[in-house]
Amino acid sequence: MVKEIERAGIPVVHMCTVVPISLTVGANRIVPTIAIPHPLGNPSLDPKEEKVLRRALVEKALKALTTEVDGQTVFED
Amino acid sequence: MGKIKVVHYINQFFAGIGGEEQAHIKPEVREEVVGPGMAINAGFKGEAEIVATIICGDSYFNENVEEAKAEILEMVKKYEPDLFIAGPAFNAGRYGVACGTIADAVQSELGIPSLTGMYIENPGADMFKKSVYIVSTKNSAAGMRDAVKKMVPLALKIAKGEEIGTPDEEGYIPRGIRKNYFTDKRGSQRAVEMLLKKLKGEEFETEFPMPDFDRVDPQPAVKDITKATIAIVTSGGIVPKGNPDHIESSSASKYGKYDIAEFDNLTSSTHETAHGGYDPVYANEDADRVIPVDVLREMEKEGKIGKLHRYFYTTVGNGTAVANAKKFAEEIGKELKEDGVDAVILTST
Repeated sequence: MVKEIERAGIPVVHMCTVVPISLTVGANRIVPTIAIPHPLGNPSLDPKEEKVLRRALVEKALKALTTEVDGQTVFED
Repeated sequence: MGKIKVVHYINQFFAGIGGEEQAHIKPEVREEVVGPGMAINAGFKGEAEIVATIICGDSYFNENVEEAKAEILEMVKKYEPDLFIAGPAFNAGRYGVACGTIADAVQSELGIPSLTGMYIENPGADMFKKSVYIVSTKNSAAGMRDAVKKMVPLALKIAKGEEIGTPDEEGYIPRGIRKNYFTDKRGSQRAVEMLLKKLKGEEFETEFPMPDFDRVDPQPAVKDITKATIAIVTSGGIVPKGNPDHIESSSASKYGKYDIAEFDNLTSSTHETAHGGYDPVYANEDADRVIPVDVLREMEKEGKIGKLHRYFYTTVGNGTAVANAKKFAEEIGKELKEDGVDAVILTST
């Protein structure tokens, strides 16, 4: 899906947990996330901390969208 | 050679321990034949024997690859098997990735011949077909008998160090290995014969299927994110509570487009997940954990992004055919472009 949307002319960032799958399939901008059942959350944190975590991940996603890339790039820390 | 010793790897589901709610379990060993191992063992007819079964949760493996690999390699080493079999994983993505990863590791780090099986669209297949023998199976456990029928003879051949035939003959996914052989007709003749067939509109078989590179060039970065319209797309199956359009929990045949203009935050009373391939508890409690509407809305109010697009698009990525996912995203991409969306955040589970 990531590739088709990019083909339509829109930059996409893939936020996902199993990064090797995203790389194999061919996403260009990838941000690794927390866990499969809660990629943008962590139920063991209290809601405030969880929001802070989610915010940090989304900021990384925005960074990925505003960074020129040559090929596939994983935006880790 | 005495009886061939085999160690078998399966996930929590095929071990009968549980479904998604047990996908986090750490590796354990049982000195017995478990689940699909029974059919495989029976197929060996005494020539080989499963001496131990290693069980691991699919989420645990995929979220802790290095630790899981290390733990499992230690377990395998203990039994000094002649052969290692993982799966079959059919179309279960995490399971296929785990099977491929561990079969590859056992082969390369312990020097023990390995075999696994999965459906051709399983992400594990593309990742490991070059390094591991992967038997091509049907896309669900309904294909267990067919899978075992192909895995057993190939397993015995690999264990005995016998010559392995072509993918068609042995039933494994083509590994991209080129083998020279002599043929009675020379290349120029075969080429002309193939061309004549093609010109006449007759059926012909290519001798070498061209690899499908299918890569997309990255789009240029967003110049000014504070003025950009960002849209959310997800394969995590988030839908309005009640799943009004009945998006399937697996093998989705459709996608949804839902209005979030009125939402600052998603809650357990407004949204849920339709996805049947991961433990839904956390997403049902708070769908923001899969699509970050709350954070993006905040950022919109603060002026960090221009706008959070009014609609989000969703489908269920569980076992959904690649061809369908492609079709959905083509339509979605077109609409988003027409609606003036500047960038997309696509989340997956």
